[in-house]
Amino acid sequence: MGTSDTGIVAGRLPPAEIEANFTDLHAPLTRHEALVASDRCYFCYDAPCMTACPTAIDIPLFIRQISTGNAMGAAKTIFDQNILGGMCARVCPTETLCEQACVRNTAEERPVEIGRLQRFATDTAMQANRQFYRRAAPTGKSIAVVGAGPAGLACAHRLAMKGHEVIVYDAREKAGGLNEYGIATYKAVDDFAAREVDYVTAIGGIDIRNRQMLGRDIKLADLTARHDAVFLGVGLAGVNALSAEGEAAEGVEDAVDFIARLRQSPTKADIAVGRRVVVIGGGMTAVDAAVQAKLLGAEEVTICYRRGKENMNASEFEQDLAAAKGVTIRHWLQPLSIVTGESGTVAGIEMAYTQIVDGRLTTTGETTVIAADQVLKAIGQTFEPVGLDVLTLERGRIVADAEGRTSLEGVWAGGDCVADGEDLTVSAVAQGRDAAESIHRTLMATAAPAIDAVA
Amino acid sequence: MADIRNNFVGIKSPNPFWLASAPPTDKAYNVERAFKAGWGGVVWKTLGEEGPPVVNVNGPRYGAIWGADRRLLGLNNIELITDRDLQTNLREMKQVKMNWPDRALIASIMVPCVEESWKAILPLVEETGADGIELNFGCPHGMSERGMGSAVGQVPEYIEMVVRWCKQYTRMPVITKLTPNITDIRQPARAAKRGGTDAVSLINTINSIVSVDLDNFAPNPTVGGKGSHGGYCGPAVKPIALNMVAEIARDAETAGLPISGIGGVTTWRDAAEFLVLGAGNVQVCTAAMTYGFKIVEEMITGLSDWMDEKGHRTLDDITGRAVPNVTDWQYLNLNYIAKARIDQDLCIQCGRCHIACEDTSHQAITSMVDGVRHFQVMEDECVGCNLCVNVCPVDNCISMVALEPGTLDERTGKIVDPTYANWTTHPNNPMARQAAE
Repeated sequence: MGTSDTGIVAGRLPPAEIEANFTDLHAPLTRHEALVASDRCYFCYDAPCMTACPTAIDIPLFIRQISTGNAMGAAKTIFDQNILGGMCARVCPTETLCEQACVRNTAEERPVEIGRLQRFATDTAMQANRQFYRRAAPTGKSIAVVGAGPAGLACAHRLAMKGHEVIVYDAREKAGGLNEYGIATYKAVDDFAAREVDYVTAIGGIDIRNRQMLGRDIKLADLTARHDAVFLGVGLAGVNALSAEGEAAEGVEDAVDFIARLRQSPTKADIAVGRRVVVIGGGMTAVDAAVQAKLLGAEEVTICYRRGKENMNASEFEQDLAAAKGVTIRHWLQPLSIVTGESGTVAGIEMAYTQIVDGRLTTTGETTVIAADQVLKAIGQTFEPVGLDVLTLERGRIVADAEGRTSLEGVWAGGDCVADGEDLTVSAVAQGRDAAESIHRTLMATAAPAIDAVA
Repeated sequence: MADIRNNFVGIKSPNPFWLASAPPTDKAYNVERAFKAGWGGVVWKTLGEEGPPVVNVNGPRYGAIWGADRRLLGLNNIELITDRDLQTNLREMKQVKMNWPDRALIASIMVPCVEESWKAILPLVEETGADGIELNFGCPHGMSERGMGSAVGQVPEYIEMVVRWCKQYTRMPVITKLTPNITDIRQPARAAKRGGTDAVSLINTINSIVSVDLDNFAPNPTVGGKGSHGGYCGPAVKPIALNMVAEIARDAETAGLPISGIGGVTTWRDAAEFLVLGAGNVQVCTAAMTYGFKIVEEMITGLSDWMDEKGHRTLDDITGRAVPNVTDWQYLNLNYIAKARIDQDLCIQCGRCHIACEDTSHQAITSMVDGVRHFQVMEDECVGCNLCVNVCPVDNCISMVALEPGTLDERTGKIVDPTYANWTTHPNNPMARQAAE
């Protein structure tokens, strides 16, 4: 049976209950459900959902294909624009993207279930291991992709399609990036991230090399020397500090590490969690960590965010999800110091009340202490420009143009590591794909500059 | 409260909703259930000659087409007339009529086109106490291959001949059921009238292949790898039926001939449409086969509520009311000008009106105004075709607004003429010019 001991311990719930808690958040649509759901699409002209999708998937077309019994064709429509359409179907905040734009919202405040339909179609193709793309004739070009996350994988796939050879360098044990390590377990069950990597790389010509960290194991200069082009999709390796006193105390941890540990555990039953957990932050990561802490059996889980509800990066849906799972969300609180017990472990966190004065966030002077034996920090990740000091940065991230070109010739970048990134899987995919097209154009123009010159 | 009691050629029923001759009226069990549910009458599933009954296929008998959410829109069948012994049917009919004296019970009959056959069966039917007979000249599948059903209904002379026999050999009212599988419905209706029929009922089912099994390359329903054309019915055939009913109602030769309207009646509204186009009552089959007998409750209350709301007291107040307004195209007023108007408060921005107009019609609806997604009718391009109204998913969002006489039609640059003028007098009509010369 479970336990309600204080401290950070595993087994707060029986293993069977934990297993049940971590099943699919949204069950896949059955064929019947998919047909009913697809019937609701109006096949809009210049569809707003399509415009809202960062990868511009032809949503009306793929839904119409599902409705006519052609789920396989629907999958190809999706993959044409977004080879990671399977993961995006699971993790996209559709409520702020395609489904928010759905005209059904205006009609009856209930959009077409685009995300779940996309999953139905992509699952159909992936379960059949149907590969839609063949590689073009070899170009003899070699491209280094740094980071096997959404941006890197999308870039690698498109490059491989064009006939280039791609070597993907990734710092971690497994490819997938945040898809593998950074997403709540219940959004990508059954090892989906790893299966998707296999599906994407099955096209051939993509060689993934793990445990290769830029600045440690490989150097940008070597990559630019060895390859015809380099794409950087390195993501955000760093995390922001709390700037609260006592942050180093035992029991204080980065939420991303907690989430990653959960993802890598086959059963989740071995993951320790506090009896009372405080999560600091207001984004998706905070919600992912808080909800999962609750699902592991934490008695009290509180998200503390230093501004109001309307400022939270977590979507309305995510906030509701957290509330439904029993997480308390408190606003206008920012951490002051970690309260430790006799053994030096976390006993609570002292929070300062905040307010906006003249447009600036300040503390009111009032404070409160929330009892906690675990504090998870989810106040944002940062780009660590290790080995990339030659690139122009802006607000701590790589500057890249619309095609993904950085300040250094022959080096492209995309995903969370670039400035103006939206920190979304789907945006990373779009940037990786578009950078691949740009790389291809550039390299092929070099090989055969005739067209422009003759004209 | 409106009085919806029905008197059709002397046959009385508490409401104008009868079940058509078909599987739902195959035997006492079903018919009793139908009467309990509130149906005003039934036309018993078609009786054949005395002797060994017909045999049905033992595989699928129905195929269908569906709309959104698999709503059944059209049904096709290859079932034949009753496959039960004649005496069993007659015995059950008699008992049911005794149990339900206030309901209409009509016997549908299909026997060979031989006088002796009709002469033989009519007294047997009469003995059951049935209120009338319906001559099945309509079924287009199976029996037509044996010279019955639509094979008779497609030859006006046969219709007239058989109707005459029936009027000669029975005192029961005769309703002649017509097949739509002809070019001009007025011809069989006129023949039935010449033969002395008391009424016509229409339409029977339409020859059809409802779909094809693309794995086996065979029509549906597929019986052992082969399919046969069947009879099509259900909501999809209603427009065809409405037109045929109206054609008979407004034909000088058959005007006033009682009509029992059949074809896709699913709701009270469908029924009311048949009534106002000249039907004295309606017969229903597919809707019952899709949803069960309970649907009659909606039909009864819906029709009655609508009549109350509009101040119609009896069915006679509404029957045939739309017939004078059914005319030939050549008499439509060419000076009547309407334009589409989009209610921006109701518009959900799907853009279907725009793309339908842009790709397939008159390029009269915007998609973007001042850089913003916006759908608006350009009156100087709009011909008033109504396509946008029909493709819009929101009820009442787009409406057709008639231009007032004296105002400017921006498309033609002409002032709207208040006078009525049709094609027969139009200067572009060569026949009209000839007349003028």
